[in-house]
Amino acid sequence: MNSSQLPPSANGFLNNPQNRAVIFQVLALMFVVFLAYYFASNMFDNVEKRGITTGFSFLDDVAGFGISQTLIEYDDAGSTYYDVFIVGLLNTLLVSVIGIFFASVLGLLIGVGRLSSNYLISRLSLVYIETFRNIPILLQILFWYNVVLAALPSPRKSFSYLDSVFLNNRGLLLPEPIFESGSSAILIALILAVTGVCFLARWSKKRHDLSGEEFPLIKVSIAIIVLAPVVVYFISGQPISAEYPHLKGFNFKGGLTIIPELLALVFALSIYTATYIAEAVRAGIEAVPNGQKEAAKSLGLKDHIILTKVVLPQALRVIIPPVINQYLNLVKNSSLATAIGYPEIVTLFSGTTLNQVGQAIEIILMTMAVYLTFSIVISLMLNWVNAKMAIKGR
Amino acid sequence: MKLTKIALMLGIASLLPNLASASTLDQVVKKGVLNCGVSTGIPGFSATDSKGVWKGIDVDFCQSVAAAVLGDPAKVKYIPLTAKERFTALQSGEIDLLARSSTWTATRDTSLGLNFAGVNYYDGQGFLVNKELGISSAKELDGATFCIQAGTTTELNLTDYFKANKMAYKAVTYDTSGQTIDGFKKGRCDAVTSDASQLYGLKLKMNKPNSVVVLPEIISKEPLGPVVRQGDDQWFNIVRWTMFATLEAEELGVSSANVDAQLKSQNPGIKRLLGTSGKAGENLGLSSDWAYNIIKKVGNYGEMFDRNVGKGSPLNIERGLNNLWNQGGLMYSMPIR
Repeated sequence: MNSSQLPPSANGFLNNPQNRAVIFQVLALMFVVFLAYYFASNMFDNVEKRGITTGFSFLDDVAGFGISQTLIEYDDAGSTYYDVFIVGLLNTLLVSVIGIFFASVLGLLIGVGRLSSNYLISRLSLVYIETFRNIPILLQILFWYNVVLAALPSPRKSFSYLDSVFLNNRGLLLPEPIFESGSSAILIALILAVTGVCFLARWSKKRHDLSGEEFPLIKVSIAIIVLAPVVVYFISGQPISAEYPHLKGFNFKGGLTIIPELLALVFALSIYTATYIAEAVRAGIEAVPNGQKEAAKSLGLKDHIILTKVVLPQALRVIIPPVINQYLNLVKNSSLATAIGYPEIVTLFSGTTLNQVGQAIEIILMTMAVYLTFSIVISLMLNWVNAKMAIKGR
Repeated sequence: MKLTKIALMLGIASLLPNLASASTLDQVVKKGVLNCGVSTGIPGFSATDSKGVWKGIDVDFCQSVAAAVLGDPAKVKYIPLTAKERFTALQSGEIDLLARSSTWTATRDTSLGLNFAGVNYYDGQGFLVNKELGISSAKELDGATFCIQAGTTTELNLTDYFKANKMAYKAVTYDTSGQTIDGFKKGRCDAVTSDASQLYGLKLKMNKPNSVVVLPEIISKEPLGPVVRQGDDQWFNIVRWTMFATLEAEELGVSSANVDAQLKSQNPGIKRLLGTSGKAGENLGLSSDWAYNIIKKVGNYGEMFDRNVGKGSPLNIERGLNNLWNQGGLMYSMPIR
């Protein structure tokens, strides 16, 4: 605002619109702070009067219950509520990351398919989007869970593949890799290979910019990333072995188990979120002016090159912001897992733990903080990507 | 979903200053209705029948308190709660009384700001397995997967039992007892573990009740009882003595059928119970016919047991520990005098 355009004020400070704005904002802020303080102090007063224990010391107490999926070492009889918190947090993170990955891939494919000139593909994509977008996510989670459980046999009648991979209603059982001494060399080889590929990519781009020559980057990169660790694996004397799941008693022992709750949840979340991502992708592609495609076509570029080199890079600028929203939604929707017993943070921490300990305020606050942190981190990361993708003034 | 519900309760708790100051009795009388927290469906304890009417031994207890306080057992608003919501609902004042097969433990009694008013059912934790597994003892369950309800003492007992017997297990934890039995039906787990009384109810819910067996082992003590907020001694007394009145009535042979005739009884114990002598009702802050109302309109403990879980019900559970003290059980009323 330009104060010089206003008539000169008669009596100074209070009539100055800028000062007024500041004063009102300070008053509003004070009011909000006061309200927050009033509610908080009221709450703690009431809690104290009722004789409810407060504080975070419960985190050091032994939890003493079993959890069906733990990514860290967890002992039913020895681990604390803090461990339970971490287990729940990691399980939420796991389902979110896998869900986001599959939702993105599926969403991109369906979104492109929606615009395909092939009638069948575009109609099928449309049907997919309209079906799954319009059914509540909770119903879909329950549906997939029931389908997964109903379709799979009991452990004794498992589907098996080469006697090392088993599928039954206790989950998908895979051989678990056992890393022995010397296996770190393979990891180092893998890291070196990836670093090498990064440099190679830079070099090939530079060469392409200068001379226009194409380098078979993808094929060479895959070869390097696969071959280097494999060669080192054999040189260092095969230090990775596998532990196979085997039927013992009425369940399988050993190996890695992917529980059906995780399968159902990933299924439901990716399929549901993919519909929204597909629509964002379609919107993004349609936002690219037709002239761009026609120009590329007139240069004789093939369809897939037009898509990847001309259309998508421009479309991404439109696509990314709504997709950020969908990623956030997916993370928050993962809390619906409580309906099927997947042990994520809401089920484990503000469910079981809350009931065993009874300290609702602390536990709910911690759970909310987890989701807030996840959401803010995702927003920041994708905002950064968005800024990188934005049109740069040259 | 659940999170917002709990958050909302907390929000309400923070909004209302000095909730504790108004006595629960006054509030209930003023509202004219008792808010009673029950389960989302445990047959025999609190579940709706085919007509949507709440039935069960815990439901009868809610009605007894309503009869004693308001003179009418129908003046109860049933609020179904999952295991993990129940204590928060009571703490926040959403309910006046929790009668939801809750196990009396030291932690719950001392750190949640709640008080257990007594025990209305002595239970223990057992196991339900498929017959086709060919198991006859819990000791053979090494490596089994269990379906459990979240936020229960069951979860903790299971760990203790398997640790003590050096066995391994996996737990799949569900929110409600309905989901738990559903998981078991679909084969997600080998066994369900819960309070033995609930297992009989769950067995009835199976498609083929005879395809499952309840194992003989009882691995824990589960004294189930009504819970009230800490710090309101008058309300605590009312709830506690409502329970004693139902026991005392059974012991004295007073039932809903003969209570009117018993009003003329010269037995001093019955006279004190029914308020024709003594001041038990007045001292509780209730009318003198408080116990008469309970017995006439709901019944004595034996009647409640029989029609909900005992021989008059599909569950057909033995009285066992829940028999009166002079008939080999643990049910014992403090003298009303």
